[in-house]
Amino acid sequence: MRMSNGNYIAPREISKSNTWKFILGELKPKGKLLTPFNIISVPIIITGIVLIVIRFWKGIGSITNLTQEVPWGLWIGFDVVTGVAFAGGAYVITFMVYILNMKKYQSIVRVTVLNGFLAYLFYAGALLLDLGRPWNVINPIIGNSFGTSSVLFLVAWHFLLYMIAELIEFSPAVAEWLGAKRARKILSGMTLGAVIFGITLSTLHQSGLGALFLMAKDKIHPLWYSEFIPIMFFVSSIFAGLSMVIFEGSISQRVFSDQISEKNHRAHNNILHSLSNICAVAMFAYFTLNVLVFVHEKRWGLLNTPMGYWYLTEMLGFVLLPMLLFFMSYRKRNITLIKVASVMTMAGIILNRLNISVIGFKWDAVNHYYPSWMEITVTLAVIFTEIWIFRWVIRRMPVLREAPGWSGNH
Amino acid sequence: MSIDRRSFFKALGVTGITLATGSRVSATPSMENKNEFYGILYDSTRCAGCQGCEFACAEAHGLPAPSFEDLPVIGTERKADETRRTVVNAYQTSKGEVYVKRQCMHCNDPACTAACLTKAMLKNEEGPVVWRGNKCMGCRYCMVSCPFDVPKFEYHSPNPKIEKCDMCFERIKEGQVPACAEQCPTEALVFGTRRELIAEARRRINENPEMYYDHIYGEHEAGGTGYLYLSPVPFEEVGFKTTIQKSSYPALTKGFLYAVPSIFVLWPALLLGLQQATKNNSQNEDEDE
Repeated sequence: MRMSNGNYIAPREISKSNTWKFILGELKPKGKLLTPFNIISVPIIITGIVLIVIRFWKGIGSITNLTQEVPWGLWIGFDVVTGVAFAGGAYVITFMVYILNMKKYQSIVRVTVLNGFLAYLFYAGALLLDLGRPWNVINPIIGNSFGTSSVLFLVAWHFLLYMIAELIEFSPAVAEWLGAKRARKILSGMTLGAVIFGITLSTLHQSGLGALFLMAKDKIHPLWYSEFIPIMFFVSSIFAGLSMVIFEGSISQRVFSDQISEKNHRAHNNILHSLSNICAVAMFAYFTLNVLVFVHEKRWGLLNTPMGYWYLTEMLGFVLLPMLLFFMSYRKRNITLIKVASVMTMAGIILNRLNISVIGFKWDAVNHYYPSWMEITVTLAVIFTEIWIFRWVIRRMPVLREAPGWSGNH
Repeated sequence: MSIDRRSFFKALGVTGITLATGSRVSATPSMENKNEFYGILYDSTRCAGCQGCEFACAEAHGLPAPSFEDLPVIGTERKADETRRTVVNAYQTSKGEVYVKRQCMHCNDPACTAACLTKAMLKNEEGPVVWRGNKCMGCRYCMVSCPFDVPKFEYHSPNPKIEKCDMCFERIKEGQVPACAEQCPTEALVFGTRRELIAEARRRINENPEMYYDHIYGEHEAGGTGYLYLSPVPFEEVGFKTTIQKSSYPALTKGFLYAVPSIFVLWPALLLGLQQATKNNSQNEDEDE
């Protein structure tokens, strides 16, 4: 049941009295403790925890550079708005596997859903750090305070429901880990419903995150503001999520190579090629939409300004160029090119989300907002903690490796 | 159930009379039943920049009294913050020095209220937009959305509040006038219903056309606001944003919000249909193979 000579044997049946013993045993760390990742991440996580304590003790302003004019900074702009875009891979892959019945992507569906779920858990969870009065966070969920005219109300509910949907999608893996056959049968029967519900929710809250900024019409630089922000956010979440899947997959293939069967390992390159093609097409749609908005709103005059150059950098350097690289990689069957393109695409998504929520927000203000080192440290701590949990789950549950024989899922 | 001729006619008569009188009654709606928004008219030609409103506001809301050294000076833009809900600024204009008081505009259809997911920001029937601490979760989306940058947040408190002008809602409920309007020695601030105030503003412009710039700021800005401004010069000369749109800000998100229920109905049906269709395909393929 434990790692022996690097080989992992899935838990078979465990009697109920042993379940707790089993879970307690699983909580212990596996693998080496002094890895480069651990050495870097542990001090940052500890610093992050200290900073979070200070934040709740002395207020948000004690560790952030937020101002009265720029009330949302790195924690919202990066952790939540960008993080959720990267988590979009889960709804795209579940759409392909469960709705379009593309069995080819079956081997990456679990890891993508896990990644998406943890992203929501941590990045949407990071939202709690940014709330001034987090004890009232239940108000829009229970109680008599439904601000139904608010886009944020919609987004908050969708986050919550989508996390439940993703948990259901992932739950068969947990059941297999615990050796709970009956539970697994029930839970996997709920998958299709959760997937349909999840895709619907994703469509709405990916675009909803963009719609949040619609009322800030006078505050966002006109090159980034348009009434189509929700559609842009939705379309870009497709290739943002898939780029993340490519990026994460490339790392997992190496780091967790002991988990991945020879068959899936060989199939992975083929999957990457198909994903890069989907990315390229989605990016083409996104780029065209942006060009249409740009031309339609007659924004030529704004181009020859510092913000105009910045806009061109984002659009040409981090959308058009990686799109071409994706197309090329598909033609030339070049895996390295795919990885380069996916990293560039992700950088482009970070740029775009930050340009709307932070950099282009109040771009004309006298006092600009720059994140403090403490905000950055907390953000890094959140990301590292998520990776720790991700690794913990991968090492224990059948996510990357094949499901146990009894599950009938192979 | 049976009905005889007599009771049928009786019922018909009663219905007819009800319909006839009913329509007559509703043809003369009484204005008394309807709540009108209250507002405040600020006439900058009357303002002497004495900051009396700032002191009165601080006292009425338990905020620190303004410093005597912090005077409205031309060239510096004083801003409301978490310790003061209103400020008076001085501007050098084509018609000399002009003072302008700034605070929450109390929009008819406020962006902050539409943004608030807990209904902590509330537009009252009487007109004031107030913040309710027991509802607020401190997300600051109201601050992101407000086109006038009004709500202020206590960044240095573990139990932070949103500070903004509430038009002295508690005083209004008791039949009193907001503290700033009551205090103002030059009657630059007038409290009343929004309809009365617009009529009064228009009367002042008509009677003294050379004294006023012919525009009531707030009549249409952001879909109409509770605070209304008169100025001797164009409003951009006294620090007002010219980018404010005439329609209300919540209207910008209506399209998206209306799309939500349709997607919620259409998507699951579409997805299930797709799933069924492709499932059959793959089965057929299997059979073919």
